[in-house]
Amino acid sequence: MWGKLSWAAIPLHEPIAIVASAVVLLVLAGVVGWVLVRGHFAYLWKQWLTSVDHKRIGIMYVVLALVMLLRGFSDAILMRSQQALALHGGGYLPPEHYDQIFSAHGTIMIFFVAMPFVIGLMNFVVPLQLGVRDVAFPVLNSVGFWLTAAGALLVNVSLMVGEFARTGWLAYPPLSELTYSPGVGVDYYLWALQISGIGTLIAGINLVTTILKLRAPGMNYLRMPMFCWTALASSLLMVAAFPILTATFAMLLLDRYLGFHFFTNEAGGNVMMYVNLIWAWGHPEVYILVLPAFGIYSEVFATFSRKALFGYRSMVAATMAICLVSFMVWLHHFFTMGAGANVNTAFGIATMVIAVPTGVKIFNWLFTMYGGRLVFATPILWSLAFVVTFVIGGMTGVLLAAPPADFVLHNSVFLVAHFHNVIIGGTLFGAFAGYTYWFPKAFGFRLHDGLGKAAFWCWVVGFYLAFMPLYALGLTGMTRRLQHYEVAAWQPWLVVAAVGAAFVLAGIGFQVAQLVVSIRRREALRDVSGDPWNGRTLEWSTASPPPSFNFAVLPQVQGQDDFWRRKQLSDAALASPADEEYQDIHLPRNSATGIVCAFFASVMGFALVWHIWWLVGLAFLCAYATFVKLAWREQQEDSVPADLARELDRAHRAARQGSAA
Amino acid sequence: MNAVAGGASGALRAPTGHGKKLEDRRTHDQSKRIIAGYGFWIFLISDIILFSAFFATYAVLTDSTAGGAGGRALFDLKSVGIETGCLLTSSLTCGLAAVGSRFRRSDLFQLAMAATFVLGAAFIALEVHEFARMVRAGNGPTRSAFLSAFFALIGCHGLHVSAGLLWLLTMMAQVRARGYRPEILRRILCFSLFWHTLDIVWIGLFSLVYLVGVAR
Repeated sequence: MWGKLSWAAIPLHEPIAIVASAVVLLVLAGVVGWVLVRGHFAYLWKQWLTSVDHKRIGIMYVVLALVMLLRGFSDAILMRSQQALALHGGGYLPPEHYDQIFSAHGTIMIFFVAMPFVIGLMNFVVPLQLGVRDVAFPVLNSVGFWLTAAGALLVNVSLMVGEFARTGWLAYPPLSELTYSPGVGVDYYLWALQISGIGTLIAGINLVTTILKLRAPGMNYLRMPMFCWTALASSLLMVAAFPILTATFAMLLLDRYLGFHFFTNEAGGNVMMYVNLIWAWGHPEVYILVLPAFGIYSEVFATFSRKALFGYRSMVAATMAICLVSFMVWLHHFFTMGAGANVNTAFGIATMVIAVPTGVKIFNWLFTMYGGRLVFATPILWSLAFVVTFVIGGMTGVLLAAPPADFVLHNSVFLVAHFHNVIIGGTLFGAFAGYTYWFPKAFGFRLHDGLGKAAFWCWVVGFYLAFMPLYALGLTGMTRRLQHYEVAAWQPWLVVAAVGAAFVLAGIGFQVAQLVVSIRRREALRDVSGDPWNGRTLEWSTASPPPSFNFAVLPQVQGQDDFWRRKQLSDAALASPADEEYQDIHLPRNSATGIVCAFFASVMGFALVWHIWWLVGLAFLCAYATFVKLAWREQQEDSVPADLARELDRAHRAARQGSAA
Repeated sequence: MNAVAGGASGALRAPTGHGKKLEDRRTHDQSKRIIAGYGFWIFLISDIILFSAFFATYAVLTDSTAGGAGGRALFDLKSVGIETGCLLTSSLTCGLAAVGSRFRRSDLFQLAMAATFVLGAAFIALEVHEFARMVRAGNGPTRSAFLSAFFALIGCHGLHVSAGLLWLLTMMAQVRARGYRPEILRRILCFSLFWHTLDIVWIGLFSLVYLVGVAR
């Protein structure tokens, strides 16, 4: 009846896991209880959970990312403290638990923090920057988000019921095969990522179609804000790379569930094929994460330098060049495979070539600031820290791209330092810059600046303390994923790294405080103009938070940085459109399809992990029925009357005039 | 360049007037059709990439027979030939169904869709029969890496066709219940794109897996 599931699945022998699960359950129960008791459920359900508004979905993506950041960072604290203590087998984490922690940390940080963070920002910002009312497929957008959330849920369920993978974040075979990982950990990993991978693919298709097919009148390609270009490149990569991940995981699942021999040691299976396939997805993936961040920096540098982005066209070219070349370098993740000097050289050179367009970008950002009047608000601090940090990460990357050096550094903590250097210093700093930059657009009030700066300094100092020692350790030969070690000389460096993690913890504490304080003092931080930073692009031309339809009358774009251009002209350029230009607006109706389907997908994933076959079939049928119900609904759109749109728009314009005067 | 200018929300900019409104509604639906078709093409590209991963894997593992039989001994071209005939003909009937929906000819649409279903189901039945024959003879997917790759590649296509059959039945029921609404016509467009793509993928499978497999 219940497959492999039994009471033994609850890890009572692991106090840390049990306490963590209890805390998570308590917090969850508290939140749900609060929502029910205060009677917020109807609001939450109608306005958020079933919303197909790209702005709300974007915000929910970011909330998911922030919550999962707490989870992923707890894992990081555990690892850093374990390694600081683990000389001669000290420390407090048993190997089987430590292995789950580093696997969960990597999986969560990439798939459920970095991905939802950048996808959420793109979802929120791109339609506003393009001057349109929603993405191309609003209901699918909701489905994509909820499938991502379903994957995150499964990973967290593994903490309480069963176990997580002990294989590292990419689950290399043969370790991840049934022979060596007979438990459910790898299955949780695989099904969680298959489900969220479909969500990511949907998001990618949606964004590509939106950017290529839905733009405001006059918004031609070379007038699009830089962030839209990077969103396009990133989404193209999602569409091209995620199917490879799906196929690869499908093969490993067939190996594990049906005894196939893709990657086994027996019957002709080929382990290195998995490694090739997974990195054919994995390398583009790092550009999926970092390109949108590059877009954010471009917006932030231009806005806070009060200058147009330097070298816009070269930036576009560099973005698309990176998009293309990112598919030609995957082998540098395993030079040690032994493909031979010629193959390694080709991939090494291709890897170094990527540094060229990236360098172009760095110089463009520097020249954007040159001669500008910089305003040192929190977003540009993150951007400045990024430039310095990312250059260091880029240089260690070029070092690793040289095959002979890579043979020495492969799988060492030098590598760990390198990729944290580029992912934290590149993607995460960018995501935080974007979060601070667009927060007032999303909610109509700013985040507290002082606490934001405190968080920023803690993060930057913490990052350098935590990862610079790992470069040194890697050069002295420390390999990654060590639960204990015997080299006394390593310990001081690891203690420094743990202190760095404590600084980052303080940074996260300040970020939580910043959010709480900002919400409490929202009246003082209120922005009624809709344009708190003196922005350049179209999202700042509408109210904050924007009305459901974004723009009462679609903007007629006449140039790059169109809103800035209009602000420089005259009041007439910003004047309200004539009465007859306001029309009834049709918006897609809310739909519960996303959340209901994702619920059944989670049940199906759980049933697949535990081999409860009848439940798999039932959940699949229910998910299919949900879609048929969606297809059968009578009314697909609601309309906003022209009068209401006009009233809201005029009120916003008056408020903006008022705050300018 | 900018679809919206004449499209989805551009319609909202036009001056008012009853006749004009009706026309706006039409261009609104027209551009939605273009957007839906475009998005579905992007999905199909991703699906083709999925197949390409399985293709590449098959190419790598094609000689890893672990001492077992290879393609030459296992493939029955006659049966596969009939399968191919079924699927290619079903593309024709699927095209006829699209014509039927375009001219609102429900008899043609339903008949052609039914024919598509029968041909697709026959294709699946033959494939399952082939698979069962191979498994019974001890040449199932667990026998060797080559056979794992073979079953996964062909099976992936078979799963797509099966999903297409489910979709097909849903579309027949929808047209019957609701008629040719714009959103239903969009779904018919997407369905036929899907079905023809599976046909194209099958041509790749037939040539590269079966023909090359027998010739080697």
